[in-house]
Amino acid sequence: MVTDLLKEKKEAIEKSSQEYGMLDEGTVRLLKKEEKEARTTVYHRLARQEPQCGFGELGVCCRMCYMGPCRIDVFNSGGPQLGVCGATADTIVARNLLRETVGGASSHVEHAMEIAEILRDVAEGKLEAYKIRDTEKLLSVARNLGINTENREISEIALEIAEASLEDLYKLDRKPSRWIEKYSPSSSFKKWSALGIVPTNIWQPIVNAMHRTSMGNDADPVNILLADLRMGIVDGYGLTMATELSDVLFGTPNIIHSYANLATIKEDYVNIAVHGHNPALSEKVLEWAEKLQERARAIGAKGINIIGVCCTGNEVLMRHGIPLAANEMQAELAIVTGALDAMVADFQCIWPILAQVASCYHTKLITTVPYVKIPGAIHIEFSPEKADEVARRIIEIGLEAYQQRNPARVFIPNHPEEVYAGFSVEALLGILKKVDPEDPLKPLIENIANGNIYGIAAIVGCPNPKTRKYLFSERLIKELLKNNVLVIVTGCIAHIAAQAGFMNPRKIDEIGVGEGLKSVLKALGGAAGLPSLPPTIHMGSCVDNSRIGVLLKAVSEKLHVDVSSLPVVASAPELITEKAVSIGTWALALGVTVHVCPPLRVLGGPQVADILTRQLRNITGGELYIECDPEKAAKELIRKIREKRIGLGLRA
Amino acid sequence: MENVKRVFIVVERCVGCKSCEIACHIEHSKSKDLYKAIFEIPRPKRFNTVLKVDQYNASLRCAHCEDPPCANVCPTGALQKDEETGFVTYNPAKCIGCWQCAMVCPFGAIYPDYETLTAAKCDGCIERVKSGRLPACVEACPTNALVFADVKEMEQFKRERSLRELTAGQKVSIFELGVV
Repeated sequence: MVTDLLKEKKEAIEKSSQEYGMLDEGTVRLLKKEEKEARTTVYHRLARQEPQCGFGELGVCCRMCYMGPCRIDVFNSGGPQLGVCGATADTIVARNLLRETVGGASSHVEHAMEIAEILRDVAEGKLEAYKIRDTEKLLSVARNLGINTENREISEIALEIAEASLEDLYKLDRKPSRWIEKYSPSSSFKKWSALGIVPTNIWQPIVNAMHRTSMGNDADPVNILLADLRMGIVDGYGLTMATELSDVLFGTPNIIHSYANLATIKEDYVNIAVHGHNPALSEKVLEWAEKLQERARAIGAKGINIIGVCCTGNEVLMRHGIPLAANEMQAELAIVTGALDAMVADFQCIWPILAQVASCYHTKLITTVPYVKIPGAIHIEFSPEKADEVARRIIEIGLEAYQQRNPARVFIPNHPEEVYAGFSVEALLGILKKVDPEDPLKPLIENIANGNIYGIAAIVGCPNPKTRKYLFSERLIKELLKNNVLVIVTGCIAHIAAQAGFMNPRKIDEIGVGEGLKSVLKALGGAAGLPSLPPTIHMGSCVDNSRIGVLLKAVSEKLHVDVSSLPVVASAPELITEKAVSIGTWALALGVTVHVCPPLRVLGGPQVADILTRQLRNITGGELYIECDPEKAAKELIRKIREKRIGLGLRA
Repeated sequence: MENVKRVFIVVERCVGCKSCEIACHIEHSKSKDLYKAIFEIPRPKRFNTVLKVDQYNASLRCAHCEDPPCANVCPTGALQKDEETGFVTYNPAKCIGCWQCAMVCPFGAIYPDYETLTAAKCDGCIERVKSGRLPACVEACPTNALVFADVKEMEQFKRERSLRELTAGQKVSIFELGVV
């Protein structure tokens, strides 16, 4: 018997790791199953990390050079106020923020680049696996980019779009990036030009950001924050291009019916999850699942059931009605059902724990991207040229694994939740056109003006285990809906909203949507042939936040007002990734009020915090707002909408 | 006093991260929330310090002595030995700022509060401990360098450790006793 000095500490951690707060029953039952069978859960891992490092949380830890790591005594209790090189808290915070933003923007840029390369190869006739599914969208993208469409072959236009897109990445001239110039709201673009932060290409701001934040360069927090805004704009390029070109290749989403939550895993089917972000892989997996249905029946299953996880889940829901089974945090729980035969991942938000959890079951975890490998996973390298071969192999692995499944270990929660999704800008305009064929934006604008729609809130981002426990997103969304704020969701927040029933038109009364908003949703739903539009409008994956940008551009240019004057707010209530930071930075650059929780890692730098939360209002019109109480956050967001309504002379 | 628990440090496990310092600040703030604590006025105090002397890092605080010189020397009774918990408590209302306690403390555990000109020190997280929780610094220590134990347990642990070192002929891994 060894004396255990840590017994109490272990017990406290154990206790805290089993507190699931307000999480839904299905998730909790799977967490308990995971704890028993895989000896880990996200809450175990979180409890072992807590309390987390305060220097890190406040952004005042600098690891840019080897005289450090340095950190600043934020309580000013006799500890250091400067790093070894003399960097202040504000310098450190600003540098760290810029590097986070680079991480996010780079993710979106590479995503977009891979889609553009597929479009180029398709246009050149080099790629058999893909084709242009939406020529109407292709023409609209060409028109937006100022590319001539008259008397030209589709492939010729596509090639010019693809080349123009890729050119933005690497070009050396000093003209603004074409996508950024053409797709940004003109008032925002004008402000950026005056600030000198319009990217001329994509590589340079990224290289420059890494350079200027390395040791012994930019120490001016204001100057670094300008570079940060520019990085946000770079992120907007990635988002917009990824969405627009994906629509061209895979189709623009339209209203579609499906189901959400882990109950969409079906016991008597071969279940294969698609996880990640890039539709290039998941589209082919869907195709091959259809082709190989018969083989599933031959091994005693009823068929192949593809389920969507994370943003790939959003992509395949929006375009094909594939069930929205699990958000990023629930990905491991999909495996824990014991009925998932394979999970195939591309990039972003693929937690390494998946391999460990999969090893406790028959589930095969498959990674496909050369720069996303996970120890313990099967790696089958995907490339557009090998798309068919890889997708076929993935389905075959699922079929093989199904035969190893142990029925005694299967638990699937009951009751999938009904979902209506697919609200691309085009789909929304399609509905609005039924109300006013001449001027589709008019009914929307009128209802905002008359107060039926008090404002618009884009609730985006991730499911953070820290905030999941108290259902931050659901509570925030409910409050906003109650107060007639139209709620648009994307990314994993869309999963959360779908699971909460917020995408089920039949629950509009139950959820307590305000009367004005309800009347609009019902009227528009009627036009779309539904009892109502769903209480929250699902606009897609996290890159599809660009759809919100496109809508903002349309409305602000139609009304000739700045984006910052519109009664629109954004919130990432459960922020996890650097991508959420870069998307938020883009929104700040556009002039939107952005709420976040957990707090952005800037509070250790008083000047940086002040600029982002206050002074930015006079620069881009955007504003950062940090609050970790959902009801308070809703109240303040509504107050900010009210301010904008007053500014526009609307009834407040 | 028997079974009184104290914060001990296992020096070789301390990486000098100062998490204990921040945890102490937060515990002694009004909000008990890092993000709010940094904006509080007066600024929340801490009563521990991470130091590096020669090759050792260590996190130091009041030892809550059995026969505390500070309480013995205190002319107003501001510092007292709490019989229930064994902690040495302080009462700023009684303190006259004579700093006799600071003079006699062998560990430098007295932290002058220059706003009120009174002595302050580690309170042993008395409220937390009474409600069955660990002191904030112990909870925050990511490498388990800080442990909350009574002397008997601590010494038994060290006896076992030294025996193991003798038998194994090598140092105990810092991970061995960690929370896996």
